[in-house]
Order: sequence, then structure tokens, then C-alpha cells
Amino acid sequence: MARITASVYTSHVPAIGAAIDQGRTQEPYWRPLFAGYEKSRRWMEENRPDVVFLVYNDHASAFSLEIVPTFAIGTAERFPIADEGWGPRPVPEVIGHPELASHIAQSVIQQDFDLTIVNRMDVDHGLTVPLSLLFGQPAAWPVRVIPFAVNVVLYPVPSGRRCFALGQAIRRAIESWDEPLKVQIWGTGGMSHQLQGPRAGLINREWDNRFMDRLIAEPAKLAEVPHIEYVREAGSEGIELVMWLIARGAMSDVAGGPPPRVVHRFYHVPASNTAVGHLILENAQ
Amino acid sequence: MALDKPYKDIPGTVIFDAEQARKGYWLNQFCMSLMKPENRARFRANERAYLDEWPMTEEQKQAILDRDFNRAIQLGGNIYFLAKLGFTDERNFQQMAGSMTGMTEQEYRDLMLAGGRSIEGNRRLGEDGDAQPHRQPQGSGKGTYWPEGHPRNRRRTA
Repeated sequence: MARITASVYTSHVPAIGAAIDQGRTQEPYWRPLFAGYEKSRRWMEENRPDVVFLVYNDHASAFSLEIVPTFAIGTAERFPIADEGWGPRPVPEVIGHPELASHIAQSVIQQDFDLTIVNRMDVDHGLTVPLSLLFGQPAAWPVRVIPFAVNVVLYPVPSGRRCFALGQAIRRAIESWDEPLKVQIWGTGGMSHQLQGPRAGLINREWDNRFMDRLIAEPAKLAEVPHIEYVREAGSEGIELVMWLIARGAMSDVAGGPPPRVVHRFYHVPASNTAVGHLILENAQ
Repeated sequence: MALDKPYKDIPGTVIFDAEQARKGYWLNQFCMSLMKPENRARFRANERAYLDEWPMTEEQKQAILDRDFNRAIQLGGNIYFLAKLGFTDERNFQQMAGSMTGMTEQEYRDLMLAGGRSIEGNRRLGEDGDAQPHRQPQGSGKGTYWPEGHPRNRRRTA
């Protein structure tokens, strides 16, 4: 059967993608940030999964205001790179896993989560920046990717509690797939940031680090935190952090297994307007 | 019965909820159209004529022409949609965000390098943090969206 080997959490700031694409990762501004991912890249070489289930949000790229799905699973064979206004990022097309994605859709909907099934979807920086951070600049991505887009743009977004429960349903879905695939689940976005209004530039280092502490140690309690706390304490765009709870909910300790191993933890301010957080949790073998 | 909207008391912040999205539908859809290179070219050639193709309010069109992002957001715009306009202008997220504070590009960049804006005093209206209405504009107050010296520079709404 397929199993979830690890979960990876990272911010997905577009400027990070631009720094990689333009070869500026060794500039003084960017060097400390990329240094925080070196261990992760080495770990990834030794622990490469077959499939990454990648939880992210679309930033008005695939979904305009015509249709705004709360949870959308990409079941296509491939996903083109979005043109977000300056041309598509020069990164490989994303190759999906339609069979596993369809299986997960069927299982998760039967567990009472009303997913939207998407067979045509351009993927934006929310999905491609995490891939670049963990895999660098290969000619083709070394894994297949199931994009899972969460609405965190149009309020109200799904609650932390709902996201955490959804992660548990996704784990059950993946573990009911017969083929012995290694799957990682990634939760992306955050950490504290606000991109609008006179409060733009908000960073809350203490809150962010407490969020990571609790994500590791007491995720079920963290999932009870209401939206208003994210928005007030971590900025209007900090609400993206609810997506980390989907990945955390899929870890085996939530279903009674042993606690995950913390492989790596990193925090850095700033990347453009944003606090960057990164975490790797490994399930016990 | 009215819905509970506990986020109305956060200073310097408009939450893009269903009500705002309804108001800003065409404004945001106009922004989406700028994801196509041919539309970006047409918009650049004649902004007013391009805007007139959309059923937006006059106020919304003016906010776009002025690149007054605070105003555009009050009128239903959302930053991820407005970003398509920013990218069309070859401005990045930091320049867009900074333009909403009154700070110059350098002042805003320095704020971020120093660890960002503090949460203290900025949680609720009525406190005394730098995002509060009575403390606008911030920095030298000379911040603008377009680069220094650009002919289209105008003061933003704080």
C-alpha cells in the first residue's frame, strides 16, 4: 500500500522564485534564506518520494472570481505553469498522478469533504516555489505532483479544524491505494505577512514560532485557533497557514502512531514582505 | 440577522470577504485580463479606453488610473488580483505593498530588513501602532507607487 513518509512545510513567496530563476541566490539579501534549505535539499536526495501531494493556494491565477472552489484537487496528467503577469516562470511543467489523484478524490469525498475536481489548471508560484526550494533547477521535476488548491484568498476560508480533519481523510485515502508508493504531503504558504493597506509589512516572529512549536507538539489544539487570530496576529495573508494543518493532519501520530521526527526547522525574516518558515517532519518507519 | 465580522476592527486592513468580492467583481476581473500579453499591451497603449470596456464604477477606474491601491482595495479589489496590474507595470509585491503605507521604496525595504512591522499597537483600532489611521502616512510620507521621479507620481490614499 502507499504510505505517507513525511510532511514538508514551507512559505512560497514569489520573490524567492524570481531569485532562483535570475541566479541571485548567493546575493547577501538571499544567501541566508537559501542556506536554510540546504539541509532539506540533501535530505530530499536521500528520501525522495514517488509522489508529492502539494497543498497550496492559487493566487488568482487558475481561479478568477468566476469560480472559487474551497478545496480543489488536480487530477490532470500535467499542469502548465501560469503566466502571473510577467510571463510563466522558467520551470518544468508539473506532471500529475491522475490515477492516485482520482482515487484520493473518490475516497475523500466519501469521507464527507466536498472536493472540486480539476482537470485543467495552470499552477502558480504557490506550487512551483516550494518545488524549486526543495529540488533546485532540474530539467524535469523528479517526482509526480498532485496539486491541491485551497481557497485562502476569498474570506471565509476553511477553518483550521476543517483543514486538520481533511488531512486525516487524505491520509486514509492514500493508505488505501494498493501500489507501494512513497508519498510526501506538503503544506505551503505563510508565515506572517500582510500585503495590503497601511498595516502592510506586518511580521510577528513570536506568533510564527509558537505556531511551529504547536504544529509539532499539539496540532489538534492548534487546529482550534479561529481565523481572526491568524488575521490579527499574522496579517491578512498570514491566513495561508491553515494549509499547514492539512499536511499535519495526514501524519500518522494523529491516528495513534508515534510522534514524527523533526528533521529540520528554519525561520527567516524577510523574503520581500514575508516571514519564511520551513519544517520537515518524518513519520516513523 | 447580521453576520459576525470580527475582523472589522483591525487597523489598516480590509478583509476580502464575500461582500467585498461582490463589490469588486469587475475590478478584479479586469485585473485578471492582464494575465494575457496582448491585453497588457492594449492596456498600456490606452489605459482609459481599456478600462472603459469593463462595467466598473468610475471610482474604481480612477483608483486604477491613479494606482491608488488602498482605494482600489476599499472598493472591492484584492491584492492578488491587483498584483496582475502591478506586474504589468513591472512593479513587485514589495513596491506595491510599500506604496500603501506612504513610505518610500527604500524606507519600506529598510522596515522589512529590520524585521518588519511590529504587531504591538497594531492589533486593534484605537491602539497607537504605526498602522493606525491617525499615524498615516508613514515614513517621510513621500512614498509613491511609481519609481522616484516618474511623471505619474501622485499621493496615495492613506
